[in-house]
Amino acid sequence: MHHAPAKTSASLVARGQVPREAPARRWYYGAAPGQQPLHAALLVSSLLLLALAGCSQEMDEQPRLEVYETSEFFEDGLAMRPPVEGTVPRGGLRLDVHFFEGKVGGQLATSWPDDITIDRAFVERGRERYDAFCSMCHGLAGYGDGTVVARGFPAPPSYHIDRLREVPHGHIYDVITNGLGRMPRLSDRITPRDRWAIVAYLRAMQIGQHVEVDDRLRAEVERATAVEKSPGDGKGRPHE
Amino acid sequence: MPQIFHPSMNTISRLSIFGFVFILILIGFIGWALARSPYQTGQGVVRPQPIPFSHEHHVGDLGIDCRFCHDTVETHASAGMPSTEVCLNCHSVLFRDSPILAQVHESQRNGTPIMWTRVHDLADYVYFHHGVHINAGIGCTSCHGKIDEMPLAYRAETLHMEWCLDCHRNPEQHVRPRDAVFDPHWVNTEAKEIDPELLLKAHDLQSRTQCSYCHR
Ligand code: HEC
Ligand code: HEC
Ligand code: HEC
Ligand code: HEC
Ligand code: HEC
Ligand code: HEC
Repeated sequence: MHHAPAKTSASLVARGQVPREAPARRWYYGAAPGQQPLHAALLVSSLLLLALAGCSQEMDEQPRLEVYETSEFFEDGLAMRPPVEGTVPRGGLRLDVHFFEGKVGGQLATSWPDDITIDRAFVERGRERYDAFCSMCHGLAGYGDGTVVARGFPAPPSYHIDRLREVPHGHIYDVITNGLGRMPRLSDRITPRDRWAIVAYLRAMQIGQHVEVDDRLRAEVERATAVEKSPGDGKGRPHE
Repeated sequence: MPQIFHPSMNTISRLSIFGFVFILILIGFIGWALARSPYQTGQGVVRPQPIPFSHEHHVGDLGIDCRFCHDTVETHASAGMPSTEVCLNCHSVLFRDSPILAQVHESQRNGTPIMWTRVHDLADYVYFHHGVHINAGIGCTSCHGKIDEMPLAYRAETLHMEWCLDCHRNPEQHVRPRDAVFDPHWVNTEAKEIDPELLLKAHDLQSRTQCSYCHR
């Protein structure tokens, strides 16, 4: 490429090979007056662009309260308010004592509430809830051998003892609702309907674990399940 | 008239034209990278908590179901945080005198809540609902990562809009059977084998990318 002499000298100056005059070195400050704002604007805007990436705008935190946020407005600092004492939420009237308290005429109910139909789906629902809310203490099969018990929590009784096979449905419902001894109440997390579903599943479990086995049946079962019995993993599940 | 520009300005002006473009790209890239960095998204960053609560122990080792503590996750927008009473279900007996649980007992005595540090927090202009996702068959670990292996909870995902949309465009790649939603060990074997269209129909899902689903 052909270079004009002026250009050659310029690039030589840039490389520092030709002795320079002082103003040339201070090119930035020595720029024409009209160019100064341009440089400044470039600098500022690039800084702004950078800042944009890290900025959090007010739309992110709007002046309304979300669940679990704190609020200085209330004395206890909580944004979530408990319902005013003595009020009943819409649809929260609990007149059906059988359904909501598991009692009939002041006695623990031995029958199922009218609202409930016990079918496969209902028992399945109960199984799901049982596994989530009871199994870590009571064990998946209800023998009182859950994982938490393995770490030192007082062991609950097995469901498969005569006393618990014979207690009324209402007793189990009541234990879930109000707790008993070391057993915590779980009514803060389980709805009444789900509590009945758990009772139904618990009953199914008791029947399932209490089959009269004669020698013929035992021999047949053993043949059909010719796998070596392994010790449980503490949750009633056999090891793989 | 004296020369305003020294000849050296020729090179410098040329350099700054190219340099400007280069710097623009660089700034763009830095911005892009910064917005995706853990510094900005909090992804993978462990925050100090008042009590060193471990999902690894409670979920991984003990196998406690998420719903035992996050009990509104199936029905509400918020997953729900455990009350002090929930901790005391077990810790009224276990580790009762341990100093790391002192705050739990203090909270019970004084009725003051335990103030956990938020790990996930969407911008307020975004609407999110846990129940919808759980009932559509999206599991916790699809969004919260391997929580059963976290001694302290951290964000597994960026929570960027593009992350939400990645799934909303092809939700069928992420659905699982309803009873595997809370299972932290579930692995997806179905999606690779089955035609996406069929899968979408089978799970009765739609791809939801309209702005108003999330910005309402
Ligand atoms: C934190 C551990 C724990 C959980 C969770 C738990 N239980 Fe218990 N449960 C116990 C203990 C401990 C006892 C023994 C109580 C006692 O006699 O002091 C018990 C006792 C019982 C009894 C027997 C009551 C009696 O008359 O002896 C029933 C029935 C029962 N639980 C049902 C349930 C159901 C249903 C659930 C789930 C909804 C559940 N439990 C969840 C620990 C637990
Ligand atoms: C024994 C109670 C308990 C169980 C069971 C539990 N969690 Fe948590 N979870 C907590 C507590 C307490 C916190 C707050 C402390 C923290 O952030 O680590 C929390 C925090 C979280 C957070 C972060 C919340 C935030 O601040 O953004 C996520 C996500 C989470 N849990 C998901 C799960 C999932 C998924 C499961 C089931 C696989 C589960 N948890 C089971 C008690 C529990
Ligand atoms: C269902 C029973 C249960 C519940 C509910 C529970 N824990 Fe635990 N927690 C345990 C057991 C069992 C251990 C011992 C774990 C181990 O040894 O691996 C433990 C251990 C701990 C430890 C000791 C450090 C560690 O992780 O080993 C802390 C801290 C703790 N829990 C905090 C909490 C808090 C806070 C809550 C309430 C959000 C809570 N726990 C709810 C059963 C429970
Ligand atoms: C589709 C993705 C997705 C799924 C699936 C999901 N989460 Fe979340 N979770 C989020 C997002 C996003 C947030 C932040 C919400 C906010 O800031 O409003 C969050 C927040 C939380 C929190 C903090 C409290 C709250 O609600 O803001 C907990 C606890 C939590 N999730 C637990 C769970 C559990 C347990 C499950 C499974 C049953 C689950 N999540 C399933 C995306 C998900
Ligand atoms: C892993 C997959 C997944 C991710 C990640 C995810 N979603 Fe979803 N989302 C779904 C599915 C599946 C549905 C239900 C679609 C249906 O019912 O057809 C849904 C539905 C929704 C709905 C309800 C739409 C309506 O009105 O019915 C909202 C709102 C929503 N998602 C917001 C979000 C936001 C905000 C995020 C990101 C923070 C997010 N989602 C991330 C899978 C996901
Ligand atoms: C699946 C849910 C979802 C849908 C659908 C969605 N967005 Fe978003 N959007 C989000 C989330 C989550 C954020 C927050 C991103 C963050 O905090 O970085 C967001 C942030 C934004 C922002 C703020 C800038 C940013 O990226 O942080 C704009 C603007 C926006 N969305 C526009 C739109 C428009 C326009 C549409 C429709 C084409 C749309 N969104 C659809 C979830 C959604």
